[in-house]
Parts: sequence; C-alpha cells; structure tokens
Amino acid sequence: MPKVIRINMTDLSVRIDEAPAAWAGLGGRALTSTVVAAEVPPTCHPLGPNNKLVFAPGLLSGTAAANAGRMSAGAKSPLTGTIKESNAGGTCGRMLGRLDIKAIIIEGQPAATDTWYNIRISNEGVVVEPETETVGLNNFAVLESVAKRYGEDKGVITIGSAGENLMMISNISTRDPEGKLRSFGRGGLGAVMGSKRVKFITIDQEGTRPVPLVDSAAFKAANMIFTKALKDHPVSGQGLPTYGTAVLVNILHEIGGLPTRNFTSGQCEHHDMISGEHMYDTIVARGGEPTHGCSIGCVIQCSQVYNDKDGKYLTSGFEYETIWAYGADCLINNLDLIAECDNVMDDLGVDSIETPVMFGVAMEAGLLKFGDGMEVLRMLREEIGKATPLGRILGGGTGHVGKTYGVTRVPVVKNQAIPAYDPRSVKGIGVTYATTTQGADHTAGYAVATNVLNVGGKVDPLSNEGQVELSRNLQIATAAIDSTGLCLFIAFPALDIAECLPAAVDMLNARFGGKLTMDDVVGLGKTVLKLEHEFNLAAGIGPEQDRLPEFFELEAIAPHNVKWDMDQKELATFWNF
Amino acid sequence: MWITVKLFANFRENRFKEARRQYPPGTTVGDVATDLEIDPGLIGMIFIHGRAAELDRVLGEDDVLALFPLLGGG
Repeated sequence: MPKVIRINMTDLSVRIDEAPAAWAGLGGRALTSTVVAAEVPPTCHPLGPNNKLVFAPGLLSGTAAANAGRMSAGAKSPLTGTIKESNAGGTCGRMLGRLDIKAIIIEGQPAATDTWYNIRISNEGVVVEPETETVGLNNFAVLESVAKRYGEDKGVITIGSAGENLMMISNISTRDPEGKLRSFGRGGLGAVMGSKRVKFITIDQEGTRPVPLVDSAAFKAANMIFTKALKDHPVSGQGLPTYGTAVLVNILHEIGGLPTRNFTSGQCEHHDMISGEHMYDTIVARGGEPTHGCSIGCVIQCSQVYNDKDGKYLTSGFEYETIWAYGADCLINNLDLIAECDNVMDDLGVDSIETPVMFGVAMEAGLLKFGDGMEVLRMLREEIGKATPLGRILGGGTGHVGKTYGVTRVPVVKNQAIPAYDPRSVKGIGVTYATTTQGADHTAGYAVATNVLNVGGKVDPLSNEGQVELSRNLQIATAAIDSTGLCLFIAFPALDIAECLPAAVDMLNARFGGKLTMDDVVGLGKTVLKLEHEFNLAAGIGPEQDRLPEFFELEAIAPHNVKWDMDQKELATFWNF
Repeated sequence: MWITVKLFANFRENRFKEARRQYPPGTTVGDVATDLEIDPGLIGMIFIHGRAAELDRVLGEDDVLALFPLLGGG
C-alpha cells in the first residue's frame, strides 16, 4: 500500500501511515497542494512551525513512462505568501515511486536553533539524526559528503547556505543522475526547509522492485505511442535536444519580448552572443554535451553540459531564463561568465530567476553597474554566500531590493520575479503572471507557446483578445501535468499531436487500473487550481494582487511601443470556471 | 527591392545568419524560402519587423524577414 511519511521536527517523531484512499488519484502538485491546503493554516508564518514542507512524486513516477522523472515540493511560500508548488528532475521522484512513498510531509520546527538534522529514507524506514558535517556547506560539498558517507547511488534533497540562512531567493536542490544539481525553483522553498532545520534528505531505493502495473502490456503500448509523439514533434524531438531552452533568446529578441536592462527594452543588442545557437557552437567546440537529461527516462534531453574554454565542467541545466536574466536583463554579454554565475547559484542553492532579476533591480539602484558580471559573481560568493548584511538584502529577492533602494521599476507579481518574457509584447504570458496562484511564473501557463511559437494554435501576442481563455486552458492543463510527474515539455507535442495526451492517460489507467478520461484529467487540473486559489484568498492574497506592476502600464517598450493595457475586470474573469 | 533575411537555429547551416538580398517586387515569404532551399513545411515561425506573418505574405522594400524552424523552450 502507498505510504505517507510524516516527520515532526518539533519532537523528531516519525509516522509512516497508509495513504488515505482520497489521495489515490493524486500525485505531484495535486498532492502537495492538497496537503498544504488541508493542513497548513493559510495565515501562518511560512518560516514558523505551522508551515509544512511536502514532497510528492508524480502518479507515473518510478514507472518506465518517458519523461516521468519530475517530483513536486510544496509549502506556503515565504517569498509570495501564497501556496507554492515547484517541481524538479533528478533521481528522487523515481526512487520514491519505487519505494511506494506517496508523500513526505515535514512538519513542526525544533525549539533549538543550534542543531541541524539529516533525514534518511529507505525501505527499512526513516532515520532522523543531528547533522554537523555539512552545516554551513554549499550543495556540491553536501553531495560529496553524502556520497562518501552513504554511497554514490542515493537520491539527495539538500539546501545550500542560502537555505540555511532563510533567504527568500533560496531553492531546494536535488541530485541528478550524474551527481550534479537540479532545483526546486521559485518561492524560497529552501528557506522553508532551513526553517525546519533539515540540511539534507537522502533516499535509498535498495531492495525495491519495479513499480507494479495493473496492465503492463497496455502500459507498454501507451508508452510507445507517447514516446513516439515526444520524438516526432520538432520542438521536443529536435529543437530542445539540440539547442536547449536558450534557443528562445533570439526568438524573443526578434519579436521584441526579451526584457532588457531591467525591463526597459524588449530587445538586446548582443542577443546573438547569449543565444542558444551560440551556446550550441560553444559546447560542441569545447567537448561538452549539447544533449543531456535531468532525469532517467527523459527522451527530450533539453539539458546540456557546458564546459569552460579549457574543456572543464562549468555548468549544466543552463536554462534560457538564467541566460536571459544575466545576459539581457543585467546586460552581461559573456556566456562563460553567465555559466559561472549559474554554477555558483546551483552551489549556494539560490533561484536562477529570482536572483538575476534581483540583480537587474540592484543595477538600476546603482549598487553595481549593468553588465558587470565579475561584480555579480563577487556578490554571489562574498555577500549572499556569506550572508553579510548586504547579502541578506540581496537574498530577500527582487521586491525586497526594490523597496530597500526605492526603485519603482520592480518586475514582480506577488513579490516573485517576472521571468524572461515581457508581458507588454507577449500579453498571454502577462495574464499567467497576474493570475497564477504561484506569483509570477511562466511555467504555470506557458502562453508563449501559442502567442509566439505557433504551438497549439496562434493567438496574436500584441492583442488582449483571447489571452485570458488561452492562459486559463494552459494553467488547467499544466496543473494536471504537474500532478503526473511528467515533464512540462510534453506539452509541446501534446498541443499538436492528437495521440500524445490520451497515451499519457492510458498509462495512468494501465498503472492503476482506473478508467480515467481526458475530461477527468482536465477536471483534476481545475480542482488543483481552485484549491490553491482558495488557500491564497484565505492567506489574504486577493484579486487586488492579481495584477502586474504599475510600470508596465506607464512605460511603452521598444520596438513595438506597447504597454500593458489589459482591463482588470477582464483579468478577473480568469477564475470563471 | 532589397530585404534583410535573418535565419536561426539549423536554418543557418550552410547558409547565413543575416544577409541583405535583392528580390523582384511581388516576392512572397514562400518565394524567399524556396530561393534559400528551405522546405516551407519546416518553417515554424515567420516574423517581419518582429510581427508574425504567413508564407504568402508579399514582401516590401527594406523588410526584415526572420525565419525560424519550429522551436520551443521555457
């Protein structure tokens, strides 16, 4: 029977229960959000004893389904004050699936603030022990220590110094199949783990057997159709494996949606130097890997290994949003420097969107110069990494730095940094930023696909017409996908290839023996969004916060000379479903 | 008439990043693709001065045409 592990950090007790029957159809985001909505008082302090940190593998985790390696983390976010779900690749989701663990719920808080703990989960049970060796260390050193002490093959969930220091820009990090890092990004979840005084969690899958399937022949058949769709679609089959997500730099520049110099232009002069095409050429020339997966079973392989000019590992999982933020928003025209920043951010465990967008605001405030990548690196290592007073100001995130220095051009929604697509020239994504339960987040409803990329139809990015409906449909579908453990990038083939999503539903049925239909899956997405929304309303995050910052309405952006002009009443119709 | 053609991703292979090229009046986006030996079926995005256009769009003097295969990310 599926298990739920509850670890109470107040008294260090562990309970292993059978998962409630009502959770049978829930996984990933659906489950983390259900637990948070049901068990966390919406008005609690996110870093206090009443918040809970929930990890849940997806419904297909641990099976052979292609691209089912994502796992969700949820809590009340200290950055946004809203509910938060974040998912990442790595090895833990698959292991938890095999261990038949439906959720890990970390509750309470130790009274003593001088003790840290590690949690070790295996087929034998759960161990919670005081941790000293890795305290104060960053993520790569934690991985090394864990490998030495417990073996190379363990799944690891960890926080770096930023999480220990309860910074709002902190992430939770997790080990990927090659011993590098992936991140549960956005929302400051690292601080929640730090507030529970948990330095790391290890997962040991030894002694587990393959996940049982109710109908393995049907599962295999559906997985073949699903995999074929992923490989056949030009985006997931060719574009992403070759160029990674950074291929978007030139596209967004071309259409005037690449926020540049702290969101003062939609185009960046040196776009080609930070483009996916340039990155691909550089990786190949230096003997890196342009094509690389974040989890076992991934057939898209959008990640990469980026080496320095001497052919030595510099970073991996080098994403468009990171490259955009440092390259265009902070005007750093050197991809090697950006890669180094990415690696340092992975090590500290800070968010690769919140952090550089914050630096864009800090540059506008005059704390450092636009384009000064060396000073960014210094501030990351010496200020944020050492939690100096300035480091803590920067570590408070984009909104915090804006307030501290009196900047009015502060790109945040619900205090979370706006990512790499300007909402004035890609209006559909503006609707997502404003309305998602998560604070500004492009992944919550990726309207860029239909506004710009011609995937899933076409909706004019410069017109307000049809954007609310587009964002709503995408947000519902995303909430459902985030519950399966499937990577969100399956949405590209799913939007264009008719057999793709039904094959995923067939896999769910073959796994559990149910009779789910596509309508049921859409229904799950709606339910998740509504319970997240209700949590936010009860937390005091009402419709007046479903809006973009004022400067988007005041300042037109080049080259299309457009402002954000969506009627607030129209935006409010988002929740009519 | 002169137009600027920008190519991206694998369309650049054995071609160019950006070029000023001369075409007769009445030339469409599709004609340019044919001229560059790009299969129109592989074109995912067409932008003229940063705005979406279709294959049958007739180009004008000094237009900036960008051609992308179907791509995505996020």
